[in-house]
Amino acid sequence: MAQSESLGGDVQLVHLTKEFGTFTAVDDLNLVIPKGSFFALLGPSGCGKTTTLRMVAGLEEPTSGQILIGERDISYERPYRRPVNTVFQSYALFPHLDIFENVAFGLRRRGIKDVKAPVESILSLVELDGYARRMPAQLSGGQQQRVAVARALINKPEVLLLDEPLGALDLKLRRAMQIELKRIQVEVGITFVHVTHDQEEAMTMADTIAVMNAGKVEQMGTPTDLYENPRTTFVANFLGQSNLIAGNVVDRGDDLGVDLYGNRIRVPRSRTSTNSDSLWVGVRPEKINITLAGQPTLGANVISGIVTDASYIGVSTQYLIKTTWGEELMVFEQNLQNSGARPGETVNLSWEPAHTFALDATQDVGAGAGAGEAHS
Amino acid sequence: MKSRRWLPYALLIPGILWLAVFFITPMFNLAATSLYDPTGSLDAGYQMTFHFANYSDALSQYYPQFLRSFTYAGIATVCALLIAYPLAYAIALKSGKWKNFLLVLVIAPFFTSFLVRTLAWTAILGDNSTFIHFLRDIHLLSPGGRILATPIAVITGLTYNFLPFMTLPLYASLEKVDPRLIEASSDLYASAFTGFRKVTVPLSMPGVVAGTLLTFIPASGDYINSTLLGQGARTSMVGNIIDSAFLVRLAYPLAAALSFMLMAIIVVLVVIYVRRAGTEELV
Repeated sequence: MAQSESLGGDVQLVHLTKEFGTFTAVDDLNLVIPKGSFFALLGPSGCGKTTTLRMVAGLEEPTSGQILIGERDISYERPYRRPVNTVFQSYALFPHLDIFENVAFGLRRRGIKDVKAPVESILSLVELDGYARRMPAQLSGGQQQRVAVARALINKPEVLLLDEPLGALDLKLRRAMQIELKRIQVEVGITFVHVTHDQEEAMTMADTIAVMNAGKVEQMGTPTDLYENPRTTFVANFLGQSNLIAGNVVDRGDDLGVDLYGNRIRVPRSRTSTNSDSLWVGVRPEKINITLAGQPTLGANVISGIVTDASYIGVSTQYLIKTTWGEELMVFEQNLQNSGARPGETVNLSWEPAHTFALDATQDVGAGAGAGEAHS
Repeated sequence: MKSRRWLPYALLIPGILWLAVFFITPMFNLAATSLYDPTGSLDAGYQMTFHFANYSDALSQYYPQFLRSFTYAGIATVCALLIAYPLAYAIALKSGKWKNFLLVLVIAPFFTSFLVRTLAWTAILGDNSTFIHFLRDIHLLSPGGRILATPIAVITGLTYNFLPFMTLPLYASLEKVDPRLIEASSDLYASAFTGFRKVTVPLSMPGVVAGTLLTFIPASGDYINSTLLGQGARTSMVGNIIDSAFLVRLAYPLAAALSFMLMAIIVVLVVIYVRRAGTEELV
């Protein structure tokens, strides 16, 4: 099989669906993964992200829909004919072959005789020079992971698929490998499609993230875009944490005027993803300022409440504030200009309209909460 | 906590006693017998004369039976491997919910005795059996041709009788092959067959080695199949000679020398085989 010298193209998933019996794992998925990007499919377990990846790899057959790389339809191609290689979650290194032969496996299968030079150069790319004659069992988890990357990359695939590749590593190593993988991706310029349930990992590495839930893409965008401007409660809760408060639109100007249990606040129209009058008003915990009652507030949107809990965690202090309507809101305050609020005190919470977002109130307010707990 | 260093040794005692009484002692006995003066008899008693010529006599007289034993056992081992590999592969990887049922079927023959099962083959391969008539009808056998009392019958019997010993270790090693490795090979441009050749087969080598040993060793010393299915001197194996030397001719020194030699040759063959299988480049 000749390696296509044209650098392929975007990966397109068109109405891609996969059903297992009556369970729909991937539901009419439409995605364009730009060529050369580091793309993450992020979601909780069971959201269909791994099934999607396996369909691109050819390890599952779609129930319907299409998978295209550039112009080429690979939906029903045999896995060994696709210009795609995978880094498996379990690494799946061949235990009976040494590192050299593991890495050379793909080249040999394609009848390439002179494998020494490419194997050595890829091993040095992943910083494993000198390990060629070790067996996989003699390597640490992080080293095995890099062998798995090398074994896939040496084939110069048009797309490299990574299935939770860092899941088995401890936190410190995972951070190091995140940076390493990002470096390698920039260096080789191949499209990386990375599946993970770890939102921090996705945000650290990917240019573009598609957040998946129940077989569908909830929202796609850059890490900043997804975090700052979530368009569903699932994304708001799954990526970081959000305070979501029920509100009603009372005035539609350049900004929306919204009533939150008697408090009038403003939300920019551009940060509102619904035309409904009934909203979830969202604000991230670190965007809220705490001021003691009677002192000047620091943002245009203001509500008040009573401190029920304050935990000092070094970089910040995390407060729980009980509002007048009984909801507990979370506030992270940097330990820089600490308000010094103590449990039991009445405080004002204030934030800028530009940090406010509004979602349709028909959605489940708890969607995605807890499912995206990062490992940190 | 105080470590009890004596405990592992204590646990070994029953096994060591058993081996001492039922293996080491008889072995010494056998070794001694093989060096007795062959002119003695059970009634007159044997003289210990360190008569090493017992070995050279036995070998020069019975080397055709030795050769035949290892040839038959070798062919039967290869046949058993060819039958058992696909069988074990299917049970381990493709049988789904039928797995346990099929495993029971593999072991089921052990519910009847070895002797009875071999006798059953005399009926299957007998000159007037349906099977033989069928073979004659389709001209695989000439009109007067027979299978009973030929080497084919003996090898068939050996293959059949030791098939489970080949199947079970193969099954155990194939079952352990991680299907994700096969997926990885298909991701790395290996077709299903190439993946089988480059990943499944090398990973099942421990089962192949264990299965061939468990088949070849007992088959080499077997004499039941030769007696019942071979029915004559043309197919007699070294086991038959030992059997008749001990029980019919009462030539104890000869029988003991033959037994010892058989054991020594098997040990040498096994060591060579295991070393080759262990260090050989498997790819």
